[in-house]
Amino acid sequence: MAEGHKSLNLTLRVWRQANRQAKGEFKVYNVKDISTEASFLEMMDILNEQLINEQVPEGPVAFDHDCREGICGMCSLFINGRAHGPDDDITTCQLHMRKFNDGDTITIEPWRSGGFPIIKDLMVDRTAYDKIMQAGGFVSVSTGGVPDANAIPISKVIADEAMDAAACIGCGACAATCKNGSAMLFVSAKVSQLALLPQGKVEAAKRAKAMVKKMDELGFGNCTNTGACELECPKSVSISHIARLNREFLKANIKD
Amino acid sequence: MKGFFKSSIGKKVLMSVSGLFLILFLLFHLCMNLVVVFSASAYNEVCAFLGSNWYAVAGTMVLAAGFLVHIVYAFILTAQNRKARGTDRYDNQNLPAGVEFASKNMLVLGVIVCCGLLVHFGQFWAKMMYAELAGTEGQFAPTDGAAWINWYFHDSPLAVAFVIVYLVWFAALWLHLNHGFWSAFHTVGLSNNVWIPRLKCIAKWFSTIICAGFAFVVIFAACGGINTKSDCCNKEKCGAKTECHQEAPCNPQTCPNAEQGK
Amino acid sequence: MAQLDSKIPEGDLKDKWTNYKEHQHLVNPANKRKIDIIVVGTGLAGASAAASLAEMGFKVKAFCYQDSPRRAHSIAAQGGINAAKNYPNDGDSVYRLFYDTIKGGDYRAREANVYRLAEVSNLIIDQCVAQGVPFAREYGGLLANRSFGGALVSRTFYARGQTGQQLLLGAYSALSRQIGLGNVEMHSRTEMMDLVMVDGRCRGIVTRDLLTGEIKSHFAHCVILATGGYGNVFFLSTNAMGSNGSAAMKAYRKGAYFANPCMVQIHPTCIPQHGNYQSKLTLMSESLRNDGRIWVPKKKEDAEKLQKGLITANDIPDEDRDFYLERRYPAFGNLVPRDVASRAAKERCDAGFGVNNTGLAVFLDFKYAIQRLGKDVIEQRYGNLFQMYQKITNDNPYETPMMIYPAIHYTMGGLWVDYELSTSIPGLFAAGEANFSDHGANRLGASALMQGLADGYFVLPYTVQEYLADQFNVPRMNPAEHEEFKKAEQDVKDWIDKLMNVKGKESVDSIHKRLGHIMWENVGMGRTKESLETAIKEIKELREEFWKNVFIPGSKDGLNVELEKANRVADFLELGELIARDALHREESCGGHFRLEHQTEEGEAKRDDEHFMYVGAWEYKGYNQDPELHKEDLNYQYIKVQQRNYKAGK
Repeated sequence: MAEGHKSLNLTLRVWRQANRQAKGEFKVYNVKDISTEASFLEMMDILNEQLINEQVPEGPVAFDHDCREGICGMCSLFINGRAHGPDDDITTCQLHMRKFNDGDTITIEPWRSGGFPIIKDLMVDRTAYDKIMQAGGFVSVSTGGVPDANAIPISKVIADEAMDAAACIGCGACAATCKNGSAMLFVSAKVSQLALLPQGKVEAAKRAKAMVKKMDELGFGNCTNTGACELECPKSVSISHIARLNREFLKANIKD
Repeated sequence: MKGFFKSSIGKKVLMSVSGLFLILFLLFHLCMNLVVVFSASAYNEVCAFLGSNWYAVAGTMVLAAGFLVHIVYAFILTAQNRKARGTDRYDNQNLPAGVEFASKNMLVLGVIVCCGLLVHFGQFWAKMMYAELAGTEGQFAPTDGAAWINWYFHDSPLAVAFVIVYLVWFAALWLHLNHGFWSAFHTVGLSNNVWIPRLKCIAKWFSTIICAGFAFVVIFAACGGINTKSDCCNKEKCGAKTECHQEAPCNPQTCPNAEQGK
Repeated sequence: MAQLDSKIPEGDLKDKWTNYKEHQHLVNPANKRKIDIIVVGTGLAGASAAASLAEMGFKVKAFCYQDSPRRAHSIAAQGGINAAKNYPNDGDSVYRLFYDTIKGGDYRAREANVYRLAEVSNLIIDQCVAQGVPFAREYGGLLANRSFGGALVSRTFYARGQTGQQLLLGAYSALSRQIGLGNVEMHSRTEMMDLVMVDGRCRGIVTRDLLTGEIKSHFAHCVILATGGYGNVFFLSTNAMGSNGSAAMKAYRKGAYFANPCMVQIHPTCIPQHGNYQSKLTLMSESLRNDGRIWVPKKKEDAEKLQKGLITANDIPDEDRDFYLERRYPAFGNLVPRDVASRAAKERCDAGFGVNNTGLAVFLDFKYAIQRLGKDVIEQRYGNLFQMYQKITNDNPYETPMMIYPAIHYTMGGLWVDYELSTSIPGLFAAGEANFSDHGANRLGASALMQGLADGYFVLPYTVQEYLADQFNVPRMNPAEHEEFKKAEQDVKDWIDKLMNVKGKESVDSIHKRLGHIMWENVGMGRTKESLETAIKEIKELREEFWKNVFIPGSKDGLNVELEKANRVADFLELGELIARDALHREESCGGHFRLEHQTEEGEAKRDDEHFMYVGAWEYKGYNQDPELHKEDLNYQYIKVQQRNYKAGK
């Protein structure tokens, strides 16, 4: 490892909330001897092991996580005021403790956005994103009977840009960071990816309308182009996709 | 288009289009103001041209509608956005560097701009276009815009205060435009990875030119730069209440106002 | 010991699948609506099966433990997906893909299944492109390919280092479409707790709602398990934290045979372990071996200095570097199959040539590729992987070589299935990593995505119909009233109460870590009779301890992550023993299963085809009872069985 590891003693302010309706509050816990080589979630594991052993009434902290390699999009957390913590282009599970100093107080909060109600502690409900996908985030082809993969050449530039958009992991950091609670970056990533590719272009208009409609229904806010979403997006999805969504949506509406 | 204006993007497009329209208006307004720097009488001619004519009134109505749409939707969108944000707020939120101040505070900046606008209306529009329409008389003739400018920023006992208020107003306008300009293009989809930085750059230049232009006129006036008794007729000589826009030197024989003044 | 019938269709290898499809029974469209299918797991296999079956008109209920089907761990696959398209014109064909897969699997996979896999591989690429998967392309606009371990052709399609993500999102999109249309009923944050058996057939599952704790049962005419692999038996693996073997174990206890559990793949290029608090290991894509060269120092003193941190990799001149894969396997070099690369790394580290402070790492060096191709090209190919590596280790791989070490990655073993992907329980199918079918004793890179999608898109939609053809007459059962369903629910409730009532002192994770340690030390890369016997004994003891001393805080109602983990670890504690048993009985080395007693003089795996050319399928006989072994003999008719050779080109 580049520099030898150090250990940290930290004070954690963790949001505890029993369920959606309950009133939440910050609880303060101390953890000791955390290696700078450990990941943030490993630090949370250590905290939970400690809380289990101490048998605290509120129990271990509930938080979402799964792949722990920055791709499943399940981990969330607002750490010291930033979605996915104080580092750029990563998810919480990729954040390492070397980003912190001995003696730091770390504030850990759940995503707070109207679209993502809290389930428990740091765990939030992001099924709204699934619902938006169900409204139109697909190409309507069924299995079988499709043309050869090389039948339609696609410019590398276009394919690359589609891939940039497709890199979205659906973690919700965009809406969680947005002062308007807007899901536009998420919606635009899918609309843009599929509008760029000839396969998706066929129903681009229908898709843009359906996904925006669902997004509005679910109570997400309106984009005011602050650009906070793209800065906090762990996959650096660009707001230029929002411009493309706007364009697609306008086009779709002008046509009919 | 069914339901378009009810959708979030539709509402944003209204903000964008009305904003772009207002931006265009600002550009015209600035051009007009700058005339006063060169010639007070020429400026007054413009004022007269945009006085109580049907086209000027119609233009004003359209402009007012643009403002109204922009303001009403600003409040509707903000209310919706606050609701979407949810009831819980973050204990602390450190947005990463790179989020423009203006983009987070467009409503506040907009309200400041509106307040400035009300002052401006009271000072100029009410005394000029409205006075002309209503036929009321003021300190100066409704078409003597240069005189009004000179009064507020130079002769009035509150001139310094007015200058400060106007400069604050322009600063807010600068910030509002800075974000509003590129954001408007983004919202109607006229932007991409290449054009976002370009539009942001154009926005900076544009808002700086607009606001610096307005500020320049105010400061120019504050410094006494507007000669209301300039190249036109001399009031003491012919006794006219309003300027007659005749070429200097004044000829009381041909001055249309000289008659009434007597 | 009974012989298993794998129901391989008649005919020439090339014609088997076509013949099957042409003669199988189908369900008419009107009757499809009357049939319910449960799909557990929403990874590549599950999502694609659920979507395809729903498109056909079946009523599908899909289940996943994550908050969304898009989170399944297929998403983490990096490198790519194989297909026999032969776009690069380098000599690929269906037969060659089939041949490479069988050979890579060390001749322990079923010919007919693998041939079918190779056959449908091309359809998968077509399907994914049609769904809008942004595969990498050449400037001419056509699809790009790269090479992977165990193959001499470039047949791997990829989407940067996120191929699994893009393929899964494609399947998830198709699934989402069907959910939106009302053809799939999606249950997320729901864990399968047991199967429901009615008259010897699988007729549904019992689930626990992970948020409310509610135990509920669901009816279906057939059930598909696409629940992934069981690598987390080892605690540390490249699997997701939630990946588990419980669904397979519940099926095993209900009578489904568990095949080749000892066939576990250890991936050679993972980031080495850094501490005992570590929760998981991170894989660095195998595609890195295309351009990275693997080495350790030639001189032991250099290795010792590296271990003490006195020098760095860049201080060692080229002539003192031992590119051991290129040295030992000149034909394939750094692109030997995973099992071979992993063992070679372990061999060097065991010999004292490891390069980090624990002595358990080797270098993967991009210096040469950067010299040859330029930094830009390398960044384009692997940029996101390099970034990921740097975030985790704080080292910059453009400047210093990566350090890597093998880690548990994939399980070739799984529920035994026949040609139709049906387990030994009628009405229960297994797909993707959850079954054992296609990879033999070792899986080649970029073949897991291929198999998952092949099963889901192109195999199950046919074979499930064969089973269902006479099932539309079976009326839907009401779980609330049906005795078997009520009983199954009660059994699950009892099981949970049993877990909650242990009320011991040790946390679930702590016991899981101990299990992982036993497994890695004794059932890991180099297994012996003694180590396996030790493992069986220690796992048994640990299992007893678990049931006496595990501590689960909170209650069974509502969200209780510790209870979820306890349920999974309880199953791992039985599965771990089964793995060790299978490894003990298999007195040979093949693929991922390496018995130190059975190796050639050069240290290569030594198979015993005479005695072990079969699939070992285990039947559950009760808690703490010895399971019974069933065999399915493997007959190679279209391939010449030989010693795997990655040394020579011919």
